[in-house]
Amino acid sequence: MVAILEVKKVSKSYRQLDGESTLAIDEISFRVEKGEFVSLVGPSGCGKTTLLMCIAGLNPPSTGGLVVKDVEVHGPPSNLVLVFQEFNKSLFAWRSILGNVLFGLEAREKRSQDAQGEARRLIKLVGLEGFERHYPWELSGGMQQRVAIARALAYGPEILLMDEPFGSVDALTRLELEDTLLKIWEDLGTTILLVTHDIEEAIYLSDRIYVVSRRPSRILQTIDVDLSRPRHQITTRADAKFMELRNEIYRQISQ
Amino acid sequence: MRVFSRINLPGLLSFLALLFLWEISARSSQVIQSYFPPVSEIIRSLLSLIFSREVVAHLLATLGRFLTGYLLSALIAVSLGILLGHFRFAYALFEVLIEFLRPMPSVAMIPVAILLLGIGNAMIVAVTLYACTWPILINTIDGVRNIEPTLIDTGRTFGLGRWKILKEIILPAAMPYIVTGLRISLAIALILVTTSEMVVGGSGLGFFILDEERSLSTTNMYAGIVIVAVLGYGLNRLFLFFEGKAMAWHRGATARGLL
Repeated sequence: MVAILEVKKVSKSYRQLDGESTLAIDEISFRVEKGEFVSLVGPSGCGKTTLLMCIAGLNPPSTGGLVVKDVEVHGPPSNLVLVFQEFNKSLFAWRSILGNVLFGLEAREKRSQDAQGEARRLIKLVGLEGFERHYPWELSGGMQQRVAIARALAYGPEILLMDEPFGSVDALTRLELEDTLLKIWEDLGTTILLVTHDIEEAIYLSDRIYVVSRRPSRILQTIDVDLSRPRHQITTRADAKFMELRNEIYRQISQ
Repeated sequence: MRVFSRINLPGLLSFLALLFLWEISARSSQVIQSYFPPVSEIIRSLLSLIFSREVVAHLLATLGRFLTGYLLSALIAVSLGILLGHFRFAYALFEVLIEFLRPMPSVAMIPVAILLLGIGNAMIVAVTLYACTWPILINTIDGVRNIEPTLIDTGRTFGLGRWKILKEIILPAAMPYIVTGLRISLAIALILVTTSEMVVGGSGLGFFILDEERSLSTTNMYAGIVIVAVLGYGLNRLFLFFEGKAMAWHRGATARGLL
């Protein structure tokens, strides 16, 4: 298999107000292969977001390196997009839903013949057909995150990074969004790296899970999820293997 | 029903009562009349003036200077404000100068402008431009600085360069602040144009008002004041109309606590 993303001994330390330097990420290494769905699971505040910001090229690591498709990362790579946890702060309030999704296409600067049609197709894909002319603030949180996902897909990334994308929506919406995301992943074949503190979400979605420790973050364990696809909210979650994985990861994290 | 409920009836009635009081006081005394001619007289002279070629020319002169100064200052102050708000070093470089000039009453600059540009259109436009710049500049800088950092990161993850981020994200996100500055400067522009016209003379409504006072045509002077007032009111309504169209997204977003 070809690694599309390689994280090589990435560390990140911050200087505190008192001048002391504190280590947030401690030599994390892992790889993601093309077309995979990979999750990083760890307790809240363990530095997962910081790591994702490093991978997205928004916040350079203190030491170590990142390789996306055999190219060293310095600054945001062009074939990768980050979907933020705070979708309400990330969407453009001055653009309609269609406008927000069109932004993804414009940013690509790929002069498409039918940008409008392409944007509408993506809006339909995330289940927001009929809301094209609405503004982000007219939608619920779950719908807003759907817009953010459609906008990211419009950019046509090979890798989609997602930072707790369903962290601030209600439990039912969360399940719906998980299935929407799986459908998109299966349809488009985009490689997805997701960060979450929800163990069951990670198992439900992923091919592979990296369990991340408390600060300073290290990879505690690599877990291959050999649950059959397509996954199903009832049967997959009722699978004995699902329970086993859940318990194992929980034991690791709570140590 | 809706139209009626939007009219402030008590306010309108008290305003009319005040005009009526003015009218009867003016008619009761010759002395008062020389300072405050009856409202009916003012209205009569207003009606004849607004169709006179002379007043129309003054009105157009004022409007032309207003628009030139105001629009130029909007262009300059918004561009400058975005740069100063975005590049911290640039702001640091100009901070002292800005803080020194900003609180100074802009009319104090009229003599400087006369010295540099003589008496004419250029001087009036320059003074107006100068005065309008500050509210727009300060508000734009504030707007740029208050932008949600996630928005900038969003631009970066979508591969936008610095200039694209300024244009596509920072400018629209700072627009509510910019519009506030533009609204403040709208009133300031009219003040500076009419004041400068009083100082410089020759043409414009400011000149007309002062000139009529000097010729002891008090009624025409008041009519001139009413014309300036209506002009200011009209320009403000026009501004609010466009603001309502352009900023609908912002009202909706703030109403739902999203911004």
